[in-house]
Amino acid sequence: MRRVAVVGTGYPKHKSRWEEEGLTGLVYLAATEALEDAGLEPADIEAVVYGSSPELLTGINHPEKWCSEASFSVGKPQFRIHTGGTVGASTGIAAFYFVASGMFDIVLAVTGDKNSESPVQYGLSTVYDPIIGRQFACGAPSAVALQALEYMYKFGATEEHGAKIAVKNRINALRNPKAHLHIEGINLEMVRNSPMIASPIRLLDACPASDGAAAMIFVSEEVAKKLSAPKAWVNGVSAVTEGVMYVDRDMTDPIALKKAAKTAYTQAGVTNPFKEIDVAELYEAFSYQEMIWYEGLGFCERGEGMKLIDEGSTFMKGIDYGFETPRAGELPVNPSGGVLSSNNIGSTAMIRQIEASMQVRDKAGEHQVDGARVALAHGWGGGIQFHTVMILGREPA
Amino acid sequence: MAEPVKEIKGRLIIPYRWSYGRSLSLFFEHTRVEKKIYGARCTKCKRVLVPPVVVCGRCFAPTEEEWVEVADRGELIAWTTVYYPFPGQPTQPPYTYGYVLLDGANTKFPHLIMEIEPEKLKPGMRMEAVWNEDRKGDLYDIKYFRPEQK
Repeated sequence: MRRVAVVGTGYPKHKSRWEEEGLTGLVYLAATEALEDAGLEPADIEAVVYGSSPELLTGINHPEKWCSEASFSVGKPQFRIHTGGTVGASTGIAAFYFVASGMFDIVLAVTGDKNSESPVQYGLSTVYDPIIGRQFACGAPSAVALQALEYMYKFGATEEHGAKIAVKNRINALRNPKAHLHIEGINLEMVRNSPMIASPIRLLDACPASDGAAAMIFVSEEVAKKLSAPKAWVNGVSAVTEGVMYVDRDMTDPIALKKAAKTAYTQAGVTNPFKEIDVAELYEAFSYQEMIWYEGLGFCERGEGMKLIDEGSTFMKGIDYGFETPRAGELPVNPSGGVLSSNNIGSTAMIRQIEASMQVRDKAGEHQVDGARVALAHGWGGGIQFHTVMILGREPA
Repeated sequence: MAEPVKEIKGRLIIPYRWSYGRSLSLFFEHTRVEKKIYGARCTKCKRVLVPPVVVCGRCFAPTEEEWVEVADRGELIAWTTVYYPFPGQPTQPPYTYGYVLLDGANTKFPHLIMEIEPEKLKPGMRMEAVWNEDRKGDLYDIKYFRPEQK
């Protein structure tokens, strides 16, 4: 397998409604920004991998067709990837496979969605099977509410833990100009007072629905060496699926994530993730999930995710969150603001990979973690079903 | 000049017919005719899967060789009260639904939970199915679950 680097990334500012751009325009914006960042031209792209969320959300069946010009796919192989919320990460991983296999040297991975264009939770409810599952669903929040409640009863996590994560990622977002939500003055009180959607999940425990797009350029080592753009080396990649029979799983024990993490860590030579990873971008569509993912990723033992919140280990150093975070900066999670601050679904998991790349390429601006050398990007999707892990490094493993 | 037109409105109305497959078809025949809940036992790990699936996700072994009746009652595992209204919901929010681990089953069964204030729910609480008089061979052959009546 060949070494692969990310040499360019782009995503436009996310917002609730992009009036001045349709889906094709957003995809074009993202792809163009990634190419400029890499110092490449559209003609340099050899193959395109396109990812987006379930079709019902946009109402356009196989949208990659609609976006073939905007994604510079004409005259080249173009493939669509779809794995629910994970799709952005799966799209990046597929592009990585294309380059690592030796088939292509320069591959564009691009994703986009406009959640403003339909009743998004209605579309999300159709993700559940129509015979046993869809009947009670309330889009994504209800399934995660059950996961969160089970976690709280099992391990003693409280609403306060959820609220602290909601505040952490929203305050981080204030330093990311591309994040959708910029909630000035966000604090625990505001989370506590926000309306209940599906108990225990309140409105501010949940991600927004955004319009946006994202793009990444994956290249072979040979090409990377010729480019002056800083590199993020893809040192570990894994994607693991759980069964669709969601009633047959302990949702507080993400076995797919554990397996994905183990594989990616082995590839990247990570033996102590909490110590060796400098920054992580996780797919926390709902606040409580972040703690469960900490455990799945081996940042701590099972049932101890809330400790990292109590101690503040996953908070950014030097930021006042309005409560004590004595160990801030040990392993900052979601300096970009995370999924709680931007979520168009199609690009969301790719933005985790983009943000992790930006950190090791020293391009994260105001939300840069100083000296980040190893970054982790996580993706989650399906009915609490798919997990992906990518380890990006300033140097190749 | 007037404001430019910025969007076009549309609507998809798509009727579907989803096949149960023989396994779920048999499952709903038992609920409809007998008010009984059956699961399929995995031929390898021997766990009883309710609702039945044709292949066990853990063993990749077939399940359908053995059908096992399970109770229409069991333990409450997790629940949520949904407050947020949107199209496609079964009933007007707020409503509560959750997972019940039926006696004799190894998997959690999802359904509405009624006849109790959500604040009074506890994990491990005993719940029982309330059957519908008018059963059509679908998930609503059971109306909802409620705390077990002594």
